[in-house]
Parts: sequence; C-alpha cells; structure tokens
Amino acid sequence: MSELINDTTDDTHTTAEGAGDDQALRPHAEDSFADELKALAAADDRPRPARWRLSPWAVATYLLGGTLTDGTVITPKYVGPRRIIEVAVTTLATDRALLLLGVPGTAKTWVSEHLAAAVSGDSTLLVQGTAGTPEEAIRYGWNYARLLAHGPSREALVPSPVMRAMAQGMTARVEELTRIPADVQDTLITVLSEKTLPIPELGQEVQAVRGFNLIATANDRDRGVNELSSALRRRFNTVVLPLPATPDDEVDIVSRRVGQIGRSLELPPAPEGLEEIRRVVTVFRELRDGLTTDGRTKLKSPSGTLSTAEAISVVTNGLALATHFGDGVLRAGDVAAGILGAVVRDPAADRVVWQEYLETVVRERDGWKDFYRACREVSA
Amino acid sequence: MSTYGTGAPPDGRGPFLLGVRHHGPGSARAVRAALEQCAPAAVLIEGPPEADDLVPLAARDGMRPPVALLAHVQDDPGRAAFWPLAEFSPEWVAMRWALEHGVPVRFIDLPAAHTLAMTDETDETDGEDRRDVERDPSGEEGRDQDQDQVRVDPIRMLAEAAGYDDPERWWEDVVEHRAGTGAARPGRPDADALAPFAALAEAMGALRETYGDGGHDRDPVREAHMRLQLHSARREFGDEVAVVCGAWHVPALRRRTTVTADRRLLKGLPKVRTAVTWGPWTHRRLSRRSGYGAGIASPGWYGHLFSAPDRPVERWLTKVAGLLREEDYAVSSAHVIEAVRLAEGLATVRGRPLAGLTELDDAVRAVMGDGSDAPSALIHDRLVVGEVLGEVPEDAPAVPLQRDLARSQRTLRLKPEALERELELDLRKETDGGRSRLLHRLRLLGIPWGEPVHSRGSTGTFRETWRLRWEPELAVRVAEAGIWGTTVRAAATAKAASEASGAATLAEVTALAERCLLAGLPDALPVVMRALSDRAALDTDVGHLAQALPALVRSVRYGDVRGTDAGALREVALGLAERVFVGLPPACLGLDADAAAGMRDHLDATHRAIALLAQPHATSEPHATCEPSSAPEPHSVPESHAASGPSSAPEARLRPELASGEDGGLRARWAGVLRAVSGREAVPGLIRGRAARLLLDDGGLGADGAERLMGLALSPGTPPTDAAGWLEGFLGSGSGGDGGMLLVHDERLLALVDRWLTGVPDTAFTDVLPLLRRTFAEYEAGVRRTLGELIRRGPTAPSPGPTGPATDAAAAPGFGPGLDRDRAAAVLPTLRLLLGIEQHGFDEEHPDAHNAVNRLTGAMS
Repeated sequence: MSELINDTTDDTHTTAEGAGDDQALRPHAEDSFADELKALAAADDRPRPARWRLSPWAVATYLLGGTLTDGTVITPKYVGPRRIIEVAVTTLATDRALLLLGVPGTAKTWVSEHLAAAVSGDSTLLVQGTAGTPEEAIRYGWNYARLLAHGPSREALVPSPVMRAMAQGMTARVEELTRIPADVQDTLITVLSEKTLPIPELGQEVQAVRGFNLIATANDRDRGVNELSSALRRRFNTVVLPLPATPDDEVDIVSRRVGQIGRSLELPPAPEGLEEIRRVVTVFRELRDGLTTDGRTKLKSPSGTLSTAEAISVVTNGLALATHFGDGVLRAGDVAAGILGAVVRDPAADRVVWQEYLETVVRERDGWKDFYRACREVSA
Repeated sequence: MSTYGTGAPPDGRGPFLLGVRHHGPGSARAVRAALEQCAPAAVLIEGPPEADDLVPLAARDGMRPPVALLAHVQDDPGRAAFWPLAEFSPEWVAMRWALEHGVPVRFIDLPAAHTLAMTDETDETDGEDRRDVERDPSGEEGRDQDQDQVRVDPIRMLAEAAGYDDPERWWEDVVEHRAGTGAARPGRPDADALAPFAALAEAMGALRETYGDGGHDRDPVREAHMRLQLHSARREFGDEVAVVCGAWHVPALRRRTTVTADRRLLKGLPKVRTAVTWGPWTHRRLSRRSGYGAGIASPGWYGHLFSAPDRPVERWLTKVAGLLREEDYAVSSAHVIEAVRLAEGLATVRGRPLAGLTELDDAVRAVMGDGSDAPSALIHDRLVVGEVLGEVPEDAPAVPLQRDLARSQRTLRLKPEALERELELDLRKETDGGRSRLLHRLRLLGIPWGEPVHSRGSTGTFRETWRLRWEPELAVRVAEAGIWGTTVRAAATAKAASEASGAATLAEVTALAERCLLAGLPDALPVVMRALSDRAALDTDVGHLAQALPALVRSVRYGDVRGTDAGALREVALGLAERVFVGLPPACLGLDADAAAGMRDHLDATHRAIALLAQPHATSEPHATCEPSSAPEPHSVPESHAASGPSSAPEARLRPELASGEDGGLRARWAGVLRAVSGREAVPGLIRGRAARLLLDDGGLGADGAERLMGLALSPGTPPTDAAGWLEGFLGSGSGGDGGMLLVHDERLLALVDRWLTGVPDTAFTDVLPLLRRTFAEYEAGVRRTLGELIRRGPTAPSPGPTGPATDAAAAPGFGPGLDRDRAAAVLPTLRLLLGIEQHGFDEEHPDAHNAVNRLTGAMS
C-alpha cells in the first residue's frame, strides 16, 4: 500500500545481478523488479507493439499484479481501479501521449516510472519539470567546448532524454508538466504531433522511431501554474489517478507512513493513535468528497486538496505534539490545529465550510464530543 | 392423454422458438432476421393475452416507442402491471413484422387477470397507494431479466461459466455485439438466422436441467399456459408458427408433457377483472434505476446499437462529440478519431470483440473530457439513457390514471366543468381536504384544473379558494401524465420525486416541499427533503438559505395544521437554520447600501422563522425525532454559547430560560449570531442596528446592553452616516414598526439619540438627514408628536433606574423601578385570551408581565 503514496518503495527487493544496484539508495523500477519483468516477458505470448518489451496486457498485469501460468507472482505496483491502468497502457500503444493527472500523493510518478520500465525497459529518460526547465531539456543542448573547437556537428550536440527516446523508440517521461513555462511546454507540440525534432543548426532532424511515446504527470490542483495550451492538451489522453477508494485503504496508508516517519523522527510508536488517525482520515475524506461517510449529508468542500499526504503530516505533527508537550497519546487536541490548518486555506470561504462541518456534522456525531470541543477551541 | 410439446429441436420446420433477452438489440435483429427467413403463419409473443385486440394499434402512425402495455384491475388502477416495449425490443420488432406482413399476433403468457389476482394474494401489503409502487416490478415478472432477487439469473450463470464477472457484458459480447456485426451484413445468404437461437436454447436447456425453475415459482404455471396456447395455435395455423419469448422459457416450451397435466396446473387460478391499454413510456423508465424499470441500464445505447446501420462505435462517438459541442466543449474530429482508436485498443486489451459502453466511456473520458467526470455524466444522462418519450394514438383505451381521476372526481363530488367557478374549501372537513389534495396533486402533475386564488374572507391556514375550469386539452395532459403512475397520488409522488432531483435552485425545492405537503404526498417527502438538504449544503449564498428558511418553517406549520408528520421537514429546517447561523456573520461584511438592506430583510425573516421553529408544538411526536441529540448532551448549549463571544457568557447566565428547553439551544445560538453581528465593526450600521434591535426585543440584551450598543454606535468616532444607518436598523420599521414607541418609553435611549443628533457636525448633517427622515417618517403621527414633546421637555432628571435591578431583575431599562402589579394584572385577562392560555397555565401567584409580553411578541411575529 505504501507504494501508492510514496514514490520510494521500502520493500526494495534487489536483484541478484549487478553489485552496483545493491549500492543504490533507490534502484530504478526496471532493476528492482527485473525478475518479474523477465518472467512476464517469458510468459507473454500476446502481440507486442513495435519495440515494446511486453504486450499491453502484460504491462497492465505488471502494474496491477497477478499470478502467471508458471506460478510467478507479480506484485501489484498500483492499487486502484483496473480500468485506469488499462486506459493508460492502451494510450501508450497509440500515438497519443499519456497525461497522468492527480492531486499530490496519488502515485502519478510511481505509475509513470513503472509504465516506462515495463514498456521500454528503461525508466530513466526523464525530464523533471520546474519553473526553470529550459528548452534544451526537451530538445537538445550543445557541448560548447566541442562546438567551439569543431563547429556545429552531431557530435557537439547533447541530446535531451526526449530526443534519445525518439531516436531509440523508447518511452520518455516528463514530470510536473504544468510547472514548465508555457513556451517551453510548447516545444512538445512538434514532438508529439509531427513526431520529429528539427535541428535547424545542422539542417537535420531526428525522427521518432516506432515505439516512442511520452508520459507526462501534472498536478491537477495547481493546474493554473502553467495551464497547458489547448494545442498541446489535444496531443494527450488524460487519465486522472484517484485518491484511495476506501477509508480503510487510506487509514492503512496513513498509519503505515506515519509509522515510518515516526521512526525516523524518533517518535515513540503510538498504538492508541489508530482511532485518532481514523478520525483524521474521516474528516479529510468527508470534506474532500463533499459527503458524509454514511452518504446522508452533503457538505461543501474547502479549497485545499486534503490529500492523503496532508493527512499524514497532520497525524505526524499531532504525534510530535503529543510526545513533546502531551502525555504521549495522540488525542483530539493534538490533531485539531493541524486539521484546521489543512482545511482552512482561504480564511473567508474555507472558514465557513469548516464551521458548517463542525456544527452540522461533528457536533451531532457519537463519540466525537472531545474532537468537537478541541476544534471549537482552536477555531475560535 | 396424448403427449405434446415440440419435443426435439426443430429440424428446420416449426414451431420456431425464438428465445430472446427482453430489450436486447441484438436479439431484436436476430428475431427480425429469423422471421424474414421462416415467414411463419403466426407470431406468438410472451405477453398478456388480453392485449391481443390492442396489437393493431402498434401499426398506427401515432404509435411511437417506448410504449408499455398496461394491465390493471378494472376498478383499482393502483394494481397494475407493465410490459414496456422499446424500439429495440424483440417483442416490438416481432409485432411490427407481423403487422407489416399481415400475420396474426397472439400473446401467450398467463392472462393479466390471473397475474394481477395472484400478486394480490402473494404480497398483501398495507398502505393503500404504496402497493402499486411495490408491485410494479412484479408486473415485470413477465420479464426474465428481473432477477435481482435471490432467484437464479440464467444469464449470470452462463457469464460466470464463460469467466465474466458482469453478466450484461457477457451477453453483449456473445449475443448483442455478435448479432450486431452479423446484421451489419444483411445480405449474407448462407447465414442461418435460427442458429443463434438454437445455441442459446441449448445453453438454457442445460441451465434448466440444473436449476429447474430457478426460484421463479410462477413459471411452471406460466409455461403451462404458454404450452397450451402454442398447442392451440399450431392447431389453428399449422406448425409454422414463431414464438418470441424469454430464452429462459424455451426449454420449457419444448418439454414433453400432457395437455391434461398443463390444464390441471392452470385450474382454479384466482381471477380479477382487468383492463389493458397502451401507455407512453420513457427511456428513463426503461433504465434500471427508476422504480418501474425494465431492467436495462442503457436504453439509449441499445437504441443506438439497434438503429445504427453499421460502425456503431464511430457513430456513437460522433454523437457524443455532437452533444459535447452543444455543451461548449471543444471537441474536434481529431478527438473523435483518437477516441475511436483508444476504445478499440481498450477492447483488444480487455479481450472483447467490440468496444462496449465501458470502453467508450473510458475513451471519451481520456480523450475528450480531460479525465474529468463531468462530460461522462452528461453523456450518461443524455445519450446512454436518453430522453426519449413514447407516444400512443389518441384512440387507445384510457390510461389507468384517467380512470383513477374519474373515480376520485366521483367520490369527492367534484365534476369537471368547462364553466369557470370558484370553490371555497374548509380543510378541516374531510371532503374538502380531499378535494384540496386532489387539486394540488393535479397541479403537481401539470394538469391545471384548479388555480389557487387568494381567499377573500378568512386568511386562516385551514381555508383555500380555488378557481376551477376544465379545458378539453386537460384530458390530453392526463394521458401524458399517465407515465408517472396509475393513480393520481402515485403519479404525483413520482413526479414530485423526479422534480426534486432535477431542481436547480434551493428555492425550487423548498417550494416543492410546500406543495408536497399541500398535496398530501408523504411518500415524496423523503426524496424532496434529501434534495433540499443537499442543495442547502452546497449553496454558498446565505441569502438563498435565508430565503428558503421561512418557506420551510411555514411548511412545518402547515404540516402541523393538516396533521401530517413534518418531523423530517423540521429536521431539515433545523439543519438549514444551523447553516444560516454559520454563514450569516461573514456574509454581512463589506456590503453596500442596497445589499445591506437586503440582508436586513433576511435577518428579519430568519428571526421570525427561528421564533416559529423554536416554538413548542401542538403535536409532540415530531419533537422526539427532530433533535435527538439535544437531550443527551445538555452542556453542549452553554458551550457553544460561550465560544461565540466573550461577552455572551454572563448574559447566558442572566437568562437561563433561553438556554433551557429543547429548542432553547436554537434560540440561544441565534442570539449568539445576532450578538456577533451587532458587535462587529465591519458590518454595515443598518444590519448591526437591526441585530441589536432583534436582540433587545427578545430580551437577549442585558440590563443596559441596548444603551451600551447604542452608545458605541453613536459615539463621536463613528462616521455620522454609519450611525444614522445604525439608527435606521435599530429604530426603523421592518419587523414590528414600533421603534418609535421604544424611544417614547426608554428615555435613556432617546437622550442618546438626542445627544448624538445635536453633536452631528453641520457638514455631515445633510448626509444624515435623508436617512433619519426615512427612519422617523414611518412612525405614527401620535408617536412622532410624543417624541417631539419629550424632546422639548428636555432631559429628565437621571432616573433611579440603574439601582433598581437589584430588587427586580425584570425591570426593563429606561422604565420605572419595580412592577406595578395592579396595572400589570389588568392586562393579563386580555393576554390570556390572545394567547389562548388556560387559567392555570398562567400562574397568578407570580404574574411575570415581562415574560408574558415576550411570549406575546413571540406568538405575533
């Protein structure tokens, strides 16, 4: 389950070959799961698109888990709706690029890495999108020493990951696409529609080989940072990765991660805290979904994302408070302030949302009186 | 004792048993192809034999599916059964084919006379009108796919055997889509149109060997009847007859048994007099979610599969693109191309022969909708289900609703007359109450026979005046309304529920709730209430909430008057009030003059509504249900109170009667809101003043709270216009219009106003003057004169009042110390009369005039 929320995996099941992999703090997906990929490739008798290591069906199985006919167990990499992965894999088999959308902490990067590893056997052709990502990161740069010494030539050219993927028919990845400035984003249009990358300096071009495709991830909450142009948007099929489907999944993820973080912060384990974690998750889910868990009352949703990642930080903070200033047991008062901070992002609108929630839902709920009181205290 | 039945599978000669899935487009195509191939001498269809005479109507121009065969008990339209038919229903296709080719059609299922009578025996439920809602699905027992219950679902069994988790999808893959592609090449001569039916019959045969009748206890009887009918049809038309029935029944029709045995099964069945007719139907009702559903989730999609000549996927996505363009989504042809490719790719990955609805939905979401759910929901609503309304010819027999209406008109002695006339109803009388409910229900159904007009005489809630006029076209409206149900009450309930879920604004739903109460539709209320609380939860405009609250509270009162249980309504009203409490203070910030005036009206309206809502009830029963949580946590009230402001705690202690009692919490919280509003600087003066005034009237301000607030509002630091606004709010009319009297009696307040007014600088005076004129011009002439006289007399000596409260806490500020008990006692008889309080209900020992006045104002507002 922790895979869902965290981009790093803790059950790193290192491969036998390559001592170098043992040294890496975080091996690539294709190295960590080399055995599974190999078994899948052996068992896979379905048609594969050009330069794909596996058939679309096998890629989906690699991500969703399953047992092969020879008894190899494929661990699930992504826990979530099957159809989402199927749409994503099918998209990669067409010539449309894949855009994974989702609030922070919905395993976008994780899914993209594993898709690239399964499809092309290489998840390293990666462009990290930031506000300062230059055009060279998507097209190509120059080795200036060579450029000055020998003039423009293919040898002086430093290809970008995208360019390499095009030339080799691999899967390129762009992280946080919407953080990239709009003019730089638009360099992708030619790449995705014409499937070529012109090099005017040399009068040449790099044409994409069959098998090339691109996976981009973007945060759909701060979409406004650099909204994709409609021309670019049209080149992508969009798949939205949802938040955990059931409260139990989410409680599980939160308590597991809190346990891990707590260990590294040297906080004592808090077994009694599970009830409080459940409460935090319930509050987060209800406000996020705009619906109480019994499905009877609708609620307004605040402007914040209220993602699972935020629930984790609320609980971790509460745990720290309880350890250093309280009696070591996670109580309603320890999480109340954190929840308030996560919910009320916009002081005017969100405060009304929160107050309404307190008065119409929390006040009436059995066994939540301490929580109600704690919240009233911090809200006042 | 001759055995009969068709025995072994047909060797090319009849009878042709065409087992279908009801409402399966693939089945429909296969049936048509089979009929074309075999050209039978007669077509037998699973359906009520009473409808045989109605078949020719199906060929009329005015007949447009979806329609339904309705059978109902002659003099109880509430007991009815439906056989819905869509354009893509195999039965409909068979019927049309037969009519086109002049081939006789017979319905061979058990007569509705028996099924309706048997239904009556088996589920004898209470409640008069609820029954037909419950029983309508049972009319669907003629339909095989109605197997959501514990019975064996044959399709599911086959699907599981094929490794599918969803039976619908299996059926689509194996039958509907396959047959669809087959029919795309209609000219193929070598295809045997009967082959799919033979294969399906074989599969069903295997299932029935294992499961028998699979828990459908009525099936043996029905199948016996079908066998007998088939037998007699063969005697009449020869062997070449075709039977269109649920695939489940095919093995039974083929079984060898004896006529005698079948006759014995049919012996002694109960029977009722029934009437049969065609009624218009809608796609929405065909879909599974609605109460009368025929059990298909996607009638629009099936209709498309049936009517699309070829390339169903491409055509569907083009339709989707057209819809999305209409709704202003930017969808180009390139999007359609990509969506088609993705859908087909998905079908391949999932191992399906043709992209189905799931693949198309995924493709549309990923390609056209940017991953969002909104377009998918739109498409589901408009295309997958679809908004198709059937039509029936005008000369079809009357729909049950018409009969029910006629019956009600007879019992209520309310004749439809073309001449306009007025009708006075006294709702306390039983007949008049029934008439009122009938008229209200008809209005809900869009049949405006009566228009409510304002009562001339009394304004009491138990009187209604209607203007009646029966126009000939109303009969058409009644026929149209037939799709909603078979009785006026059931139809109005269904219509109200549907309107509630479709309503756009909070006000619409509130109005609907009121109408439901007036029309006496308690069954619709839960749905309406649900819609209401949903809308209220999502509405961010406090104005809307505040507008909705009075109407809702009024409805609660109506509920009391008419003896309906308004407990749920009350609960919703309380929830709404709570939301107003939370939203009101922030909403009062930063308003201009007009908005402030509007907000003041909301404040007044809410105040009155809260007073009504918090009032003790005539019926005690709804109470128990409305605020269950207030009893177990008595301390929650002062707690919420304390948090609402530092100054409020001591006042709460001063006035314990506000915090006590089951609804006291509500009033106390409202008082807390008013206090918060009145004390906040950024709130316009007008609203602050009004809030202060409302508090004062309710006794929510302490001994000299009003004086303190007024002093603050009128202090030199406040801009004069703001102060004048405060005065307008505090003293202006609006709720009671007795602001002048307040000044006349409370000299301290008058002195404050006087002092402030003389202190207003000359430059500001002209700005302030219009506001003040507006405030004071509303006072009665006498009050204005008294005020003038008081001012001319000049400030009186400081009254000894402030020391008074020690001995008499009830003394109002500005009044003389103590209470003149003799003078107060003189008022009491009148008060008692006004309030309708019994002699003992008003303790003579401790005449608390202040309390009495409070209650009086509460009752009047």
